[in-house]
Amino acid sequence: MIRKDQTFHFFLLAPLLIILFLFIGLPICQSFFLSFHRDIVGLPNLGNAFVGWVNYSNLLHDPVARHSLLITGVFVGITTFFELLLGLFFALLMHHRFPGRGALRACVLIPWAIPTVVSAQMWRFLFNDAYGMVNYALFGADTTKYIPWLSLPATALLSIVTADIWKTSSFAALLILAGLQVIPEDLYQAARVDGASRWSRFQHITWPLIRPAMLVALLFRTIDAFRVFDLAFVMTQGGPADATNVLQLYGYKKMFVEGWMGYGSAISVCIFIIVLFLAVVYVQMVGRRLLEARV
Amino acid sequence: MRRFLRKFSLVVGIFLVACFSLLPFLWFIMSSFKSQTQVTAIPPQLFPTFSLQFYRSAIMHYGILHFLLNSVIVAGSATFVTILLGVLAGYSLARLPRRKAQIILMGILTCAMFPQIAIAGPIWRFLRLLGWLNTYQGLVLPYVALTLPLAVWILALFFREIPEELEAAAMVDGCTRFGALVHVIIPLSVPGVFTAAILSFIYAWNEFFLALLIVTDPARQTMPVGIALFQGEHTIPWGEIAAASFITTAPLVLMVLLFQRKIVTGLSAGAIKG
Repeated sequence: MIRKDQTFHFFLLAPLLIILFLFIGLPICQSFFLSFHRDIVGLPNLGNAFVGWVNYSNLLHDPVARHSLLITGVFVGITTFFELLLGLFFALLMHHRFPGRGALRACVLIPWAIPTVVSAQMWRFLFNDAYGMVNYALFGADTTKYIPWLSLPATALLSIVTADIWKTSSFAALLILAGLQVIPEDLYQAARVDGASRWSRFQHITWPLIRPAMLVALLFRTIDAFRVFDLAFVMTQGGPADATNVLQLYGYKKMFVEGWMGYGSAISVCIFIIVLFLAVVYVQMVGRRLLEARV
Repeated sequence: MRRFLRKFSLVVGIFLVACFSLLPFLWFIMSSFKSQTQVTAIPPQLFPTFSLQFYRSAIMHYGILHFLLNSVIVAGSATFVTILLGVLAGYSLARLPRRKAQIILMGILTCAMFPQIAIAGPIWRFLRLLGWLNTYQGLVLPYVALTLPLAVWILALFFREIPEELEAAAMVDGCTRFGALVHVIIPLSVPGVFTAAILSFIYAWNEFFLALLIVTDPARQTMPVGIALFQGEHTIPWGEIAAASFITTAPLVLMVLLFQRKIVTGLSAGAIKG
């Protein structure tokens, strides 16, 4: 056995811990600190006075913020639901053995691999009110019926939801597929011998055994959906009438466009707390399973 | 008959999934090879004329190659630093006692889940203090912090599979412990390092939010920022945007086609594995 050398490990881990401390740990603490101060980037002479809970109570009474939270919640709910549904479908399909399975997996990975900004521009093009393919697919060449998807509140949200589902269903599929692949084949064989139908095999073997993988995918997608920014920034800039003004975009606007560091930090602390709660549950689940699998 | 039906529905399903994933993207990319009038034509023009006019315009008028160079520098150096630090930390975590390593690994994974907005403001102030806004290192360092967690997970799980006896043998032969890591362990873990590198590169290549706020000088902006802020004079220059998008995504698509198996394994390391 090799002697467990404390200083050796310390030097190996130090760079990682320093980087994470400087660029993640410290900034989060500072966000908390800033959220209790009035700090306006454009007006440095004002100083940054301690204001207590003022930013938070303003936030509670800010109709835009409340609307933003609602919109983000709707976005998270709808996208996660459809991503899991499509992901399950993709995973069941990719689990079959057929020639070209690798090629299909590569196809499915492409939406995940391309930059969100590119997929946002792509969907902005497809949802165009005058020559977008979505309109053409629905109404043919009759341009009078065309819907200006990105400039009506309800359809604008629908558009970024569609773009997100397209982009990330494949990731959910991979997580679920990983769960499918560990189900032992003999379970199905035994069920087939007992004369179980396809549906009842799914219901009694597949579903209970992939539920943990589904839950992991659910948590991961929820966390990720709360961080949505790129799609709304490129496709709608948060409009029309704040219909797609998701939380991270609202925080960004307050902090970096209007320069309200303190108020923006209060928003980001709220997002952080929501996500932290989900992340802790997620890490507990994933970490345990992964690290205790092989001892 | 039932067998045939089952096969048929499988083929239909595969076809639908492939269309869903590829068609919108192919359509968009195809626009970059069309002429100006073809891009916005209704009814749509199915086959492009394969003119390279939009590529020329994107390069000449919008300075796409400049953004591309910045992206290569930023994503390349971020990946390099991430792998360097990730190998050290991953090796240590693979060899530390289980309990300790588990706590650290879970802490690291939690870091990776945080919303970027929660760190954006302070990072921006910190970089301004250092005078590193609008510099490459100002972008590379936060990227390293964001890509390290997944890289460390992948590497730690990989190193764990390599028996400790190998290092012991090397050390008996006169290697230092660090020497054993460099000469024995790292050569054996090239596949794991490669997987971690691909995923870190894709992340850094695609990142938009931090790139948008840290780099406001067009001379230093990366491809995603360039694509997002594409402005024409009167109309949206769809052809040029599609051309720039194709240039940006081509290396990624190539990576996915060549290394899909590695990518899938790497992704599941950060999430779930049997």
